[in-house]
Amino acid sequence: MRIYLPADAAAKALGAEAVAAAVLREAAARGVAVDLIRTGTRGMIWLEPLLEVETDAGRTGFGPLTVAEIPALFDAAFGDHPKALGSVERIPWFAQQTRLTFARCGRIDPLSLAAYEAEGGLTGLRRALAMSDADIVAELTESGLRGRGGAGFPTGIKWETVRKAQAERKYVVCNADEGDSGTFADRMLMEGDPFSLIEGMAIAGLGTGAEKGFVYLRSEYPDAIAVMTRAVEIARAAGLLGGDVLGSGRAFDMEIRAGAGAYVCGEETSLLNSLEGKRGVVRAKPPLPALEGAFGKPTVVNNVISLATVPVIFERGAAHFRDFGLGRSRGTIPLQIAGNVKHGGLFETAFGLPLGAIVNDIGGGTRSGRPVKAVQVGGPLGAYFGPDQFDTPFGYEEFDGQGGLIGHAGLVVFDDMADMGAMARFAMEFCAVESCGKCTPCRIGAVRGVETIDRIRQGDAAAIPLLEDLCETMKDGSLCALGGFTPYPVLSALRLAPEDFAPRKEAAE
Amino acid sequence: MPAPAPETDEIDRIVADHLHLEGPMLPILHALQAAFGHVPQAAVGRIAQALNLGRAEVHGVISFYHDFRDAPAGARVLRICRAEACQAQGGAALEEAARRLTGLDWGETSADGAVTLEPVYCLGLCACGPAAQLDGALHGRLDATRLDALLAEGVA
Repeated sequence: MRIYLPADAAAKALGAEAVAAAVLREAAARGVAVDLIRTGTRGMIWLEPLLEVETDAGRTGFGPLTVAEIPALFDAAFGDHPKALGSVERIPWFAQQTRLTFARCGRIDPLSLAAYEAEGGLTGLRRALAMSDADIVAELTESGLRGRGGAGFPTGIKWETVRKAQAERKYVVCNADEGDSGTFADRMLMEGDPFSLIEGMAIAGLGTGAEKGFVYLRSEYPDAIAVMTRAVEIARAAGLLGGDVLGSGRAFDMEIRAGAGAYVCGEETSLLNSLEGKRGVVRAKPPLPALEGAFGKPTVVNNVISLATVPVIFERGAAHFRDFGLGRSRGTIPLQIAGNVKHGGLFETAFGLPLGAIVNDIGGGTRSGRPVKAVQVGGPLGAYFGPDQFDTPFGYEEFDGQGGLIGHAGLVVFDDMADMGAMARFAMEFCAVESCGKCTPCRIGAVRGVETIDRIRQGDAAAIPLLEDLCETMKDGSLCALGGFTPYPVLSALRLAPEDFAPRKEAAE
Repeated sequence: MPAPAPETDEIDRIVADHLHLEGPMLPILHALQAAFGHVPQAAVGRIAQALNLGRAEVHGVISFYHDFRDAPAGARVLRICRAEACQAQGGAALEEAARRLTGLDWGETSADGAVTLEPVYCLGLCACGPAAQLDGALHGRLDATRLDALLAEGVA
């Protein structure tokens, strides 16, 4: 009997290891031969640990499981059970998705290169190996892919700049410093389908003339570091990485580098400084990293999801990808639905769904059952959206038009118990703690922001225009998105719930 | 000149092991912390010499990053996620419980060296918060009762 069970960090946090041990123990006690395959997660986090059994009719699921429920599962011969979900891929939450980037995640053993190839892996790289560098970049540009890390910059244009740069050495750097609260797509992808990132980086190397890649992976993700490190070793042993990529005579190799707990290193220039072994301080641009990036050499810096989406673009063609989406937001986007939400997880779909449909129809509303008060979109630097903005379609320009950003496509749902004044204060406090210190608006502004919000919450309403003015200075005067975007959550919280900035009877802390 | 601490040879060996890398600083610091539980003060000068940097530059790098410790952590390390997604689902109550149960404030280690309490800003468990990490193991949908049980479990 073949059983699949995720070894994803979220599944583990919900007890997957104990369930795995119970399955093996029960199987041994009953003399049942079980082939237990650990996978990534399908992304339906509210059903984790979600166990799947291979049947003639595909995989049937059971979840969320506890250790105590395992004997009954064997008693029922993995049939009728209170936690039976039927065919996993027919669960509406899953069936409604368009899985391009995450097609294999949750289906295969992440470290089986054979399984990866059997589900379409390496097709894109083989195709790219037969193309010229200019054609590779043209194909990517044609796909309309934009940076999934948050900035939304057209990936093809970035690659073209690096391709045209003259240098004896170039780099591909994957930004895997996914520090934004509410986002976990990078983690899930790296733990569930690491070869897709490796393949994407190899194609980036072919297109731009870079022979060396780095994945800068945050230290808060030990599972992802372990899986990626092992996957690189396997890829190297199989000739996918190294001096002769798949026998093509072309070279590309890569290393996994762990971050060290600095949020600002998710910003590409401070990431590069950190990679070089310096303080993770932001660099002024220009020069663009595409021309003077890692170690002063032309460097592609792309997010995990951007790079992991490259293989499927080359496998199915640019048009297949481009034909999904809305306006200038092409392709699919892995929405990460998080916070106080009933059906939280990763939902990959074409751009264009209205925010309200994501929160209420897909997310199922709040887990607490209380009304939604706010949804923070795009991480700690993203704006809080209220139910009055729920018709905003999910797209870069559409969210920008509403005074927000989609960022890395994380959505954090808050119910009506949330204190938006406290959340605004937290945003400033976080910025103060994590500021790299290079520019004044961020370094000093965030500290003054905390103080000003405290003044307002103590009853000094006259300080509200001061806060707004400070936010404007931070927005326009900061070197990077940390200081520049912290005003988004602050001002949107103020817009959404001015009453939460009024003095409260009980002290804040 | 003070006699070299017994750990100096080990520091030099770790530093030397990483010198072939491009940008070896962070890998060296991670390796030192893995070996000693912190980055020993004695390493600053050794790294500076090996990488041809000033001691102040090395100190500047070490002190920039939250991860690197100047003293070993407690026997157990409890990290509570304080980021927005966990706050949205009862994180504040968990934070309070963690402080009450350990008797510590953020960044403190108990006097007997048993526990260190730290904040962490996102473990990527945003759809199953509030989340925490205890001795490396991840836990989702935690509340005060379960945290209490987890803390009790590990005490031998």
